[in-house]
Amino acid sequence: MRVIPAIESVTAVLPGFWFGVIAVLWAGFFLLEGFDFGVGVLLPWVGGDETGRKVALRAIGPVWDGNEVWLLVAGGATFAAFPAWYASMFAGLYIPLALILAGLIVRGISIEYRSKVATATGRAWCDRGMFVGSLLPALLFGVAFADLIRGLHMNADHQVTGGFFDLVTPFGLLGGLVSLGFFSYHGAVFLTLRTEGPVRDRAHRAARLLALPVVVAAAGFLAWSLAWRGGAVSVAVSALMAVALIISILLDRRGREGLSFASSAVVAVAFPVFVFASLWPDVIPARNHAAWSLTVHNASSSHYTLVVMTVVALIFTPIVLVYQAWGYWVFRARVSEGTVNPVARLPRPAVSASDAYQVTSPPDLPGAGKDASVAGERGD
Amino acid sequence: MSPDTLARWQFASTTIYHFIIVPVSIGLALLVATMQTLAYRKRGSEGGAVWDRVARFWGKLMLISFAIGVVTGIVQEFQFGMNWSAYSRFVGDIFGAPLAMEGLIAFFLESTFLGLWIFGRDLLSARVHLATIWLAAFGSAISAYFILAANSWMQHPVGYRIDPATGLPQMTSIWKVLTQTTQLVTFSHTLLAAMLTGGAMLLSVSVWHLRKDGAEVDVAHRQVAKMALGVVVLAALGVTFAGHIQGQVMTKQQPMKMAAAEALWNTKSHAGFSLFAYADVSKGHNKIDLSIPDGLSILATDHPGGTVQGINQIQAAEQAAYGPGDYVPTVGLAYWCFRLMIGFGVLAGLIGAALIVQWHRGRLLTSDRLMRVSVWTVVLPLLANTAGWLFTETARQPWLVYGLLKTSDGVSSNVSNTMVAFSLFGFVALYGILGVIAARLFIRTARQGIDPSVDIDADDGSSGDGGLGVSDGVLSLAP
Ligand code: HDD
Ligand code: HEM
Ligand code: HEM
Repeated sequence: MRVIPAIESVTAVLPGFWFGVIAVLWAGFFLLEGFDFGVGVLLPWVGGDETGRKVALRAIGPVWDGNEVWLLVAGGATFAAFPAWYASMFAGLYIPLALILAGLIVRGISIEYRSKVATATGRAWCDRGMFVGSLLPALLFGVAFADLIRGLHMNADHQVTGGFFDLVTPFGLLGGLVSLGFFSYHGAVFLTLRTEGPVRDRAHRAARLLALPVVVAAAGFLAWSLAWRGGAVSVAVSALMAVALIISILLDRRGREGLSFASSAVVAVAFPVFVFASLWPDVIPARNHAAWSLTVHNASSSHYTLVVMTVVALIFTPIVLVYQAWGYWVFRARVSEGTVNPVARLPRPAVSASDAYQVTSPPDLPGAGKDASVAGERGD
Repeated sequence: MSPDTLARWQFASTTIYHFIIVPVSIGLALLVATMQTLAYRKRGSEGGAVWDRVARFWGKLMLISFAIGVVTGIVQEFQFGMNWSAYSRFVGDIFGAPLAMEGLIAFFLESTFLGLWIFGRDLLSARVHLATIWLAAFGSAISAYFILAANSWMQHPVGYRIDPATGLPQMTSIWKVLTQTTQLVTFSHTLLAAMLTGGAMLLSVSVWHLRKDGAEVDVAHRQVAKMALGVVVLAALGVTFAGHIQGQVMTKQQPMKMAAAEALWNTKSHAGFSLFAYADVSKGHNKIDLSIPDGLSILATDHPGGTVQGINQIQAAEQAAYGPGDYVPTVGLAYWCFRLMIGFGVLAGLIGAALIVQWHRGRLLTSDRLMRVSVWTVVLPLLANTAGWLFTETARQPWLVYGLLKTSDGVSSNVSNTMVAFSLFGFVALYGILGVIAARLFIRTARQGIDPSVDIDADDGSSGDGGLGVSDGVLSLAP
């Protein structure tokens, strides 16, 4: 019977395949939600006045929730394919995860309610929420991934035992700075590509300013990380990341924002791939005793479950990709002041539109109580 | 404090909170999609314009609810791993699959098309725009399907075998997990409860406006009130019927639950449906008991003379099957939650019926007492939902997965009490603040009422603010 070896080889391959699927899900998350985080972190600087903030937020308004689902599916897929990984990772990284969740909550509410709150004070709180709620996850995802590369203290049952100081290490913090810096850069390039007017100019400037610090931090992180655990693949991926980052920066300087964003996207996708390639075949390396590591093989679900999930993923992932891509296509037009303020398109008064809509007006201006409260939309 | 107590508090508070919102989102999503369909089919006519205004207004309220549902859901997705890692390790092979499918199949659909619906009004054709809200509503309903399948498996594990090597359950049939009877009845019951909740929400808000404006009320609110009454009455009947079937399934699969729900200590035929009881747990019997003759036997078996097992007998049987231990859940909690669920839900249906009667007699606007009560209708299904889940989940105790895993064995062993206490406190505080913000926003928006001046043609085709913002003169912030 030839079938049996074939089945056996599939059985052996599936856990590895799912390790790859989860890497891809994280890659989708970093690519898409990465620029959402960046926009949130940069909002106080690139947004400027009220109209500018609306423009910046409008660029991500229609898509941020769909982008965040990549994270949820990464979590769900980990649960289904590697229950022991899901269990050990989220219990082990309890504190950073709780903070990430708090950040995501605050951020989601801020962007959704910003157009609905009545007062300038309310909007200012939403902007703060957007900033903090984007900053925390942007920073902590990097910390968490760096900690995984570094390895955690574990016991013989593959449970994480290390405490707080296992997580807050210089290497972890550097990883956090890299992810925060890179997401900000990615968000700046995204805004340069997707908006028009003053926001675009400010975003372009932000991308330039961020370029050098990000390159330096990323170079340091990649080198340090390769020193911990570097295989041929992780070396190759890190080289790809470095090159793509530099190309993106150069293209951005030349004003080729489309290509620059594409390059930045390569970096975003390569980041989790780098982490996963460094981990393989572990999913959580034990720092104290290598044999206690949780690996792709001792953490995975049964063959049947993996087959079921493979079939489901093969059917639905392409469908999701098609409609998400269609969504981006629908919103392909650059966001301008006219998009968010129809009035701005009427014959303009002598003052420029951006001056006229400044939030600096006190919240109790007549009429302010009703402002935007009727807009049934979010994030604009 | 025992390690699982805090974790249980955290799970219970975040999940109950999530589920206060969820039925509102599911119900309103389906109802807004229906409203927009009516607007689409009658487009160009007076009636179409009314439904268009209705759909925009209720769309706004739906989004306020959705936002909270989404952000509190994120916590749910990761909590199993954080606080219940032993549980996750134990059930992951089966439980993880519906959870992952929920994300891939339902959440992507829901979130992507909701974004397209909100911002695509002027970019998509009317027909495609209508399709987006239906896809989002469909996404939220199937998300309920998958998550309830996961929960049903905990109530009644099927489609698995115990792996002799590891002692852990392994899935043998995804089909069984997704379509077992428990799941089918639970999903129907929960979806109908969500429709009841959504309908009651429509009812409360439109009655508030009817009461405020009397005969001058915007015709749009009147239309909504009509729709709401139909939905409330039908959904209340539906949820009762589905609940009846669910009770029968439950009696077979989790006899202890039904016995606890009724505080029925000893096996009985012609068992009455208890209306009020005061149990003396230590003695194993009720002190006071007021009941409808044969009611429970009918609910559980469809026969007045049917035999229903009692708590004492089931405790003995479970001890024989699973070894020594206490298999009796908190009877008082189960008993009262079951009663409150049914009572509140049925009361909402009755209010709907009373309003219909008064409307037909042409006395609606003059029956002020009824109207004043009806404004509060939505509170009833919200309480009934919470009571229903509290019952379902607490009467399953001590089991986490019925017959397979006890709750005390499911908790994360390596997460310290301090950490859980810290995050419990943090989430409760955060959720509390969000609740206040969302409730105030919701009430304010609901009170503003349906915008009288939206005209489909006036939409300038450019902005997310649509015609809405301009028509209210709100953009005149400029000095
Ligand atoms: C019967 C319905 C139901 C139940 C029992 C639950 N949920 Fe829920 N959930 C929904 C119905 C729903 C929904 C209607 O689909 C929501 C609410 C509002 C929304 O946007 O989606 C949602 C949102 C929502 C989200 C955010 C989705 C997004 O970003 O679009 C997540 C991750 C979860 N839920 C996860 C869970 C988990 C892990 C649960 C189990 C403990 C759970 N939910 C119980
Ligand atoms: C959305 C409505 C739900 C509500 C209101 C709810 C409520 C509760 C409550 C109050 C408990 C605590 C019981 C106790 O400790 O005595 C509990 C336990 C639990 N529920 Fe649910 N639940 C809901 C849905 C779900 C779903 C859909 C799942 C799984 C998919 C689930 C999984 C669990 C688990 C794992 C526990 C064990 C933790 C514990 O005992 O606290 N629940 N739930
Ligand atoms: C005569 C009316 C009703 C009966 C006989 C009934 C019966 C039941 C039963 C037996 C359960 C527990 C299922 C289990 O644990 O396996 C349940 C749960 C539940 N009920 Fe009801 N119910 C009724 C009315 C309502 C109403 C009016 C609502 C809400 C508006 C409601 C909402 C719920 C919810 C949310 C749950 C938890 C989820 C579930 O297990 O389905 N029920 N009901």
